[in-house]
Amino acid sequence: MTELQAEQASKVLDNSVTQAKPRPNRDALIALAVFVVLALLPMLTSSKFLLDFVIRCAAYGLFATSLNLLVGYTGLTSFGHGMFFGLGAYGFGLMMQKTGVAVPVAFVATLAITFVVALVIGAICVRLKEIYFAFVTLAFQMLIHSTILSWVSLTGGDQGLRGGIPRPPFLGIDLSNHLHLYIVSCALLVIGLFLMHQIAQSPFGYTLRMIRDNATRASFIGIDVWRAKLTIFVLAALFASTGGIIMALFVSGAYPEFAYWTISGEGIFINMLGGVTTFLGPMVGTALFLILNDTVTRVTEYHGIVLGIVILFFAIGLRKGLMDFVIEWYVQRRERSGERAS
Amino acid sequence: MDLDTLTGCLASSACLVTQTTSGFIIGMLLFLVAVGLTLIFGVLKVVNFSHGAFYMFGAYFAMTAYQLTGSFALAMLCGAAGTALLGLIFERVFMSRVYGRDVLMQVLVCYAFVLIFDDVVRMIWGPEFKSMGMPAAFQIPPLFIAGGVVPPYYLLLIAVALVAAIVLGLGLARTRIGKVIRAAAHNPGMVSALGINTGLIYGGVFALGGMLAGLAGALAAPVRSLTPGMGFSVLIESFIVTVIGGMGSILGALIGALLIGMIRSFGSLGFPLFTEGLMYLFMVIVLVSRPTGLFGKEVA
Repeated sequence: MTELQAEQASKVLDNSVTQAKPRPNRDALIALAVFVVLALLPMLTSSKFLLDFVIRCAAYGLFATSLNLLVGYTGLTSFGHGMFFGLGAYGFGLMMQKTGVAVPVAFVATLAITFVVALVIGAICVRLKEIYFAFVTLAFQMLIHSTILSWVSLTGGDQGLRGGIPRPPFLGIDLSNHLHLYIVSCALLVIGLFLMHQIAQSPFGYTLRMIRDNATRASFIGIDVWRAKLTIFVLAALFASTGGIIMALFVSGAYPEFAYWTISGEGIFINMLGGVTTFLGPMVGTALFLILNDTVTRVTEYHGIVLGIVILFFAIGLRKGLMDFVIEWYVQRRERSGERAS
Repeated sequence: MDLDTLTGCLASSACLVTQTTSGFIIGMLLFLVAVGLTLIFGVLKVVNFSHGAFYMFGAYFAMTAYQLTGSFALAMLCGAAGTALLGLIFERVFMSRVYGRDVLMQVLVCYAFVLIFDDVVRMIWGPEFKSMGMPAAFQIPPLFIAGGVVPPYYLLLIAVALVAAIVLGLGLARTRIGKVIRAAAHNPGMVSALGINTGLIYGGVFALGGMLAGLAGALAAPVRSLTPGMGFSVLIESFIVTVIGGMGSILGALIGALLIGMIRSFGSLGFPLFTEGLMYLFMVIVLVSRPTGLFGKEVA
């Protein structure tokens, strides 16, 4: 057996530590507590930088966690997930600029558009084998990017949506107020994470894991693999699109970079950084990535080299994300204390 | 949409010749990049997402060599040899560590190198657009075929790519090395048990793929502008080519590349704003009707 085959045999992902039983009530309580803590943060600090950081974490975190639903849970390595991030940002921005509807209406309409686009692209892509899937999704990402660039009359071409996005107040919430925007972003983040966790822990979520581990066996016991993959593809797209909407609200505009392939690359890197075997890995990865990115861009203009080396260090050197190490350490500690007790 | 221009062009032989030549140019450059991609996938079972960087390096190497020596032949040689060496090092030091791991890791390593290579080019050659300029030997009046204008350099480009295609096809089918490569693609464990160094074959195939992309970049340098990140759009197009032609098939890459070249060339007349879209549309049609591509076999 060559080294190559030996590595294939070793199991890549191990979910033995995840909770087997769905506990929606407990999860809802945790979500609520996290939201309250986040919402109280502005009272403790007036640092605009920190609040901005949390908003960006919300945008990127929703995007990265939704990508993990595909990569980590279903084994679909999408290299074009960023297209839905861009679609969310542009859809929402255009809706607000051109039609002037209320914010919640634009929000729902943007998700509806994302739903349709994801359904079409997903229907074409999900039956492809994994390498084909990775780059056909990438190709669609570039199609959306080039459409944004060439449809100048609607999207403003390479200048992006400029002139700001109008944000009329609704239900007493004024999104042009920084504090209101912060609270809404936190709420969207917490709700999004809660919903995604429910999906991951549901019987459907376990079906996805089964498809990841052995799609043939899954289809033998009567699971419609194609439909399950398409469902999660569309669901993940909706959450990514929500991330894009937060980003559009935050920068009050939308730029072609939001739909560029690098966003997808960053999403995969974030997942690697945090680890794909835990639900919160991508969130941890998001925070790490944003800190890393901010620091590196401040220090050097050649941040690609630095980021590239960090990625290589994780992908070839550590081979695991940060949360994987935390879990490993936790399990080891528990085993050791178990031995001591017996 | 501008269908009148398209039908008008199809009716005139001059326009037809000009557009077909430009379609051939696009197609042949794409073929050189795509065939390397498909070869690497066929043997190593990894998709080289950083393949576009080799195209970029080929172009920059050729430009520098041309500026230093003034010899066009030497520039081509530098472009091809430089990227071959780069490919060998890249495969042996980095890619060989992610064989058999999940696609995520392979994508990540390549993503890292796309970032690194683009910045390296920016550091050495600067971020602005560069141009190599047409070599003096080809600054001669264009040929007129049936009224259409054909620059002589285009003929050289097409000839080089065709020779590469034939040598590659015959080399894989007829020579001993070709047999070993095909055997290694089929069953690397058995090949290494027979006393053949598979690592060397993997490195060699990767270097060959890099060299072909570098050659494409070097050939494109006189007719395209050079910029960091220039490889990425070529990469996407050669992905589309391999999807259409079928992974692992050299003939498929050739046919796919020529189809895309023609779609781009004639599409820019009929649908100037939707030329890119046409390519994707064509890819989707092929994918839906034949998921493994026109000439692809079932990939395990």
